[in-house]
Amino acid sequence: MLTLLFDGVAYGMLLFVLSLGLAVTMGLMNFINLAHGAFAMAGGYILVLLMQRQGWPFLAVLPVAFLLTAVFGALLESTIYRPMYAKPHLDQVLFSIGLTFMAVATVDYFMGSSPQNITLPEWLRVRFELGSGALSIGMGAYRLFIIAVCVVLALVLQAVLTRTRFGSRLRAAVDDPRVAAGLGIPVNRVFLLTFATGSGLAGLGGAIGADLFGLDPGFPLKYMVYFLIVCAVGGTSSIFGPLVAALVLGIADVMGKYYVPKLGAFIVYLLMIVILLWRPQGLFSRGGAK
Amino acid sequence: MAALRQPARWRAWEIAAWVAIWATPLVFTQHAALINEIAILALFALSLDLILGYAGIVSLGHAAFFGLGAYGAGLFAKHVMPDPLVGLVVGTVLGAVLGALTSPMIVRGTDLTRLMVTMGVALVLYELANKFDGLTGGADGLQGVVMGPLLGQFEFDLSARVASFYSLTVLFLVFLLIRVVVHSPLGMSVQALRDNRLRLAAMGHSVNARLSVVYTVAAAIAGAAGALLAQTTGFASLDVFDFHRSADVMLALIIGGAGWLWGGLIGAIAFKVMHDLLSAMTPQYWTFWIGLFLVLLMLVGRERLFRPTRWFSKTP
Repeated sequence: MLTLLFDGVAYGMLLFVLSLGLAVTMGLMNFINLAHGAFAMAGGYILVLLMQRQGWPFLAVLPVAFLLTAVFGALLESTIYRPMYAKPHLDQVLFSIGLTFMAVATVDYFMGSSPQNITLPEWLRVRFELGSGALSIGMGAYRLFIIAVCVVLALVLQAVLTRTRFGSRLRAAVDDPRVAAGLGIPVNRVFLLTFATGSGLAGLGGAIGADLFGLDPGFPLKYMVYFLIVCAVGGTSSIFGPLVAALVLGIADVMGKYYVPKLGAFIVYLLMIVILLWRPQGLFSRGGAK
Repeated sequence: MAALRQPARWRAWEIAAWVAIWATPLVFTQHAALINEIAILALFALSLDLILGYAGIVSLGHAAFFGLGAYGAGLFAKHVMPDPLVGLVVGTVLGAVLGALTSPMIVRGTDLTRLMVTMGVALVLYELANKFDGLTGGADGLQGVVMGPLLGQFEFDLSARVASFYSLTVLFLVFLLIRVVVHSPLGMSVQALRDNRLRLAAMGHSVNARLSVVYTVAAAIAGAAGALLAQTTGFASLDVFDFHRSADVMLALIIGGAGWLWGGLIGAIAFKVMHDLLSAMTPQYWTFWIGLFLVLLMLVGRERLFRPTRWFSKTP
């Protein structure tokens, strides 16, 4: 029971880190980016290339995955994403679906369509058992590591958002880009940086979670729904909303698959529809902003 | 009044186009199966056009109705009676019922919420079809669907000639029906709603009721398209609920142009032909080219691509 809860939390934290970039993109530019999963996939494949093929240590690969996908995201943002912000939602959806299709086919071409096998380093394959009976809990070092990294990331991001100049600029731009621009905040540059960070986080999450999520070229399409659920349910106006949504989703998914395997992801989708019908703006949005 | 009626009038090229469409199964007899597929996709795209092009609702889960119609018609033929026309009605009614049930979900919320809810409905149905494998055959698909002869005399043959005429007839009838609907006061008010929801409400029309009606009609047509697929191929699999089916039909509609009746037809032809050519060249990686095409299309702008005169004008 506790083990399941623990697995769910690990899963949810990872989803949170992966979806955060998407939440900011949606909140800031009102842009529906279905291609977000492609950045996570890029991170995963960087891990495969560097760790599996070149023999780099796991910990050294993670910052590289973050940086490479961030640069990649910044390039894409400044060239092809920016003209799309002013377009209607339908165009944005189609545009990002197109990007996703391209990413899937490209990875398929270079890396093959079979799922990748990730061999984690020794120290992540340890397992701890605590307690006994109903309260026993089994924790894999891998999942503990995921939770630790994600908690640190969440705290750092929260601090950046609330304590720094960049954070207050970003929050101002999210609340109202036009007024923020009028006050002299370089909204475009703030957004470029945010998009790059969001892509980098997705890449980092994809690299860390490659073993938990599994990695094959269909990754962006398979998890697109999950990222979107986190953003739609959590609302895009704070960091707290997506966090709660991701944790609920992660726990519900793991528990649902364990206790009622016949229904699988059914519960998650149903839960999402119910929540969205109840609060169409997301659980924690302040409402009325856009 | 005459000016108001103008768009509803049949033009010469439309009649010529329909004559040409009817002639295709006779001319390209060896491609009858492809023509059948195109007709079904066109019907599906026509139904999406009604809610996307006319009512302005972005849906990424239109496959829900398509799939329900397909499984409904397939199961009906297998367990109740094999008559295709009755099965078609069953598929259509099932689509309409689901549309009516889910329409309260799409009348509120933002584009993102609608996107998620429509996609969620399709995903829920996908999971259900997957889990109730005793009824639907699960991942193996629904097998053993044997259709009776059409109208009691035309057997469905392997070369799909009867099937293609059957699908074309349904497509033609639905086309006529939608033509009437979009030029009726209901259709006009739905277009007005797409352009300015607040103003329509201020004029005293019920926005939600109109959206629900249009959504239900579109769902019924999507159900019919699904039923046609199951009947003419004698098979239904989980694929009918899949996300890529919703994306494909939207893509087809966008290629043809949303917001006019021929968009679905032209788009379906262009999409299927493009699909066939690309997958003949690169069987595994054709999605790359489709994706590239989409990205370029969106960057250039949908409007401009089809009106070269506007390539250099500032206003999109």
